[in-house]
Amino acid sequence: MDDLRKRAKELLETSAVKVVIGYEQGTANKTRALFVEKAEDADCLIFDSRCVQNLATYVTKREVKDKGKMAITATLPVMRSIIQLASEFQVNDNNLLVLGITPESKLVEFKNLSEVETFVHQYQIEIDAKNKEMLDKIAKMTQAERWKFWIDELSPCFKCYACRAACPMCYCHRCTVDFNQPQWIPVPSHELGNLEWHIMRAIHLTGRCIDCDACYNACPLAIPINLLTKRMLEDVKINFGSYQPSIKADHLMSTYKPDDKENFIQ
Amino acid sequence: MAEFEPKIVAFVCNWCTYAGADLTGTSRIKYASNVRILRFPCTGRIDYMLLLKAFDEGADGIIVSGCHPNDCHYTSGNFHARRRWIMFRSLCDFTGIDTRRIKFSWVSAAEGAKWADIVNTTVASIRELGPYTEYKIVANNPVKEVSHG
Amino acid sequence: MNIDKRLVRKDSLEKLFDILKQNSKTIYAPFSKNSKVSFREADSFSGITTDYIQTTQSSKEVAFPRNEKILNYSKDKEGMKVKGIDLNDIPEVVLWGVRPCDTMGIGELSAIFNWDYKDEIYNNRLSRVTVFGFSCSKSDDYCFCTSVGGNPGNTQGSDILFTQLGENGDYLAEILTDKGSSIVSISSALFEKTENIEKEKFLAEVPARFEREEIRGKLEKFFDSQLWVEQSLKCIGCGACAYVCPTCACFDIQDEAHGKSGSRVRCWDSCGFSTFTLHTSGHNPREVQSQRWRQRIMHKFLIMPDRLSVYGCTGCGRCSRACPVDMNILEHLISIQEVSL
Repeated sequence: MDDLRKRAKELLETSAVKVVIGYEQGTANKTRALFVEKAEDADCLIFDSRCVQNLATYVTKREVKDKGKMAITATLPVMRSIIQLASEFQVNDNNLLVLGITPESKLVEFKNLSEVETFVHQYQIEIDAKNKEMLDKIAKMTQAERWKFWIDELSPCFKCYACRAACPMCYCHRCTVDFNQPQWIPVPSHELGNLEWHIMRAIHLTGRCIDCDACYNACPLAIPINLLTKRMLEDVKINFGSYQPSIKADHLMSTYKPDDKENFIQ
Repeated sequence: MAEFEPKIVAFVCNWCTYAGADLTGTSRIKYASNVRILRFPCTGRIDYMLLLKAFDEGADGIIVSGCHPNDCHYTSGNFHARRRWIMFRSLCDFTGIDTRRIKFSWVSAAEGAKWADIVNTTVASIRELGPYTEYKIVANNPVKEVSHG
Repeated sequence: MNIDKRLVRKDSLEKLFDILKQNSKTIYAPFSKNSKVSFREADSFSGITTDYIQTTQSSKEVAFPRNEKILNYSKDKEGMKVKGIDLNDIPEVVLWGVRPCDTMGIGELSAIFNWDYKDEIYNNRLSRVTVFGFSCSKSDDYCFCTSVGGNPGNTQGSDILFTQLGENGDYLAEILTDKGSSIVSISSALFEKTENIEKEKFLAEVPARFEREEIRGKLEKFFDSQLWVEQSLKCIGCGACAYVCPTCACFDIQDEAHGKSGSRVRCWDSCGFSTFTLHTSGHNPREVQSQRWRQRIMHKFLIMPDRLSVYGCTGCGRCSRACPVDMNILEHLISIQEVSL
């Protein structure tokens, strides 16, 4: 990715941006986020198939944002996240420049976020076959089996909130779980606390989640919590048409159509 | 053992269903007494977390009811609510929460008889389903006296 | 010091397991699920995994559960009634397959729970745990026990330490405490007398990477260093590191009420969370992640040795393995050591 390094260097030298967010070689064959503030450090930037962390989570992090204008190395899921964040007024053309990386690993720079949006809209958000199979399997279970499945799967969760921290859409300064008046979600990581936390998380991400799997990848216990958001994504498609993050569009869960269809209200 | 009496919590909007329930009473229509009515300004105000809280506190069934589409006192509160219910109900279903225990309805201020019917049929169906034991087990004693591992 | 050393045949482990079960011991052992190895209650010997460098979570839950009732209360006409938990309900536990970095962690955790207030519940739980340590024959890049006073065959904290003598070999059992001896006494046929066996050549090699005394000395003058800001920029503020750590002991107290009765619950908390130090007033003394990261390192390498005479890190490397953004504690400690003041 020489062109990425070159471009990062130029942007920093000309002070077009204050920080370039990208990936570097981490420990034990992992890759990790790198925040380049000096042109000479741009040589540490790398990009390869291991770079899956959703860096968009950093553009709302106070310590990063405070540095000034950011440029971000953005794969397709990262770009989608950024468009969703833009629609929620978290980023704009004045504070963020996108250095896109196409699914073919080509560098493509966008003048503004609406160009990013156009690019992103060429690709549909598709749930991969393995997870789709899992969703179908769960859907075919009886209600009691599903209940048992989720109570079991969620029982190891110790509420480290890595899923929340890794998610670009979970940028609230104070999350619902952190409120105690009222205490919506029980704090302990027991069965009830875990179930309600994960239901709450999935609902708050409904119509916003772009299916990047950051939550699942972050989970130190490998709990398949991404299945919840994937199911919501599928349902959004079924009920409200195809889903694409759009800068100008209303948020799916805070708008309505008079002819929204359902079959359960009496 | 005494016969199981379902505990039903009803979340209703102030302008239609609550007035409808009032009419049920003033019309002297008899209906099951298993329901505890909670009055909200609008169905748009009924947070889905409240429904889970009702189950936490021991409800066996839930009724959520408000104005018919196009009749919302605030124009669109019920339309917003409907979207949320569509998604929330689906998520509940996916996580194994028994969605047969959550009844959604539109009851206007003029539909006193419909309210009685909604309550009666809900109580009957919950009576048939029995107490919501699955949820109660998880909610009632969530921290084991001695837990490990 | 003369340690009672015995030989336990590989095939005898299952018999030992069965004898423990017959003696009403609750056994916690490592199992693999979703490609993660964790301790859980073992009903039978089969399924216990031996193929792990380190479990994802530490074994601290046996004495310090992630959620723990500490009392029950109820309110009626006569007033409030409070009932403590019955300590007699705590089972006798055998913790099977713990790595030496975890067994060492038990001592560090105990130092915290007995610093000024002696934590009755913790101490009671721990007093009923018999620890079967298993030495390490493998290590990975995250391991650094030898830099923090441990080693892959460290006996500290174990009641019996098992060392496998080569792949698929039999086990050397070092009987270290009275609790260990009492296990031997109920299963003496399985613990054969043996000539002096040297376990060292069967242990993993973990090179020492830093001097913790040197780091402690640096940290004393390091409070305002810019390094904390640089190191923590990629930290996303989750609690994974604290929750997998064998020595992290911070907890939150929650009341879980249902109507007029309820219980008070102690549950894990983490200094990595932004709300950890948030005051009711809205003021937060650790406003940004760098201050929280500093706290984590300072607590383990300066505050604990100062106040409790033990370090708060056993070099298990779990926090680095669990970290979703590759905050590697070893790397950060080395860079602290390398800074010239």
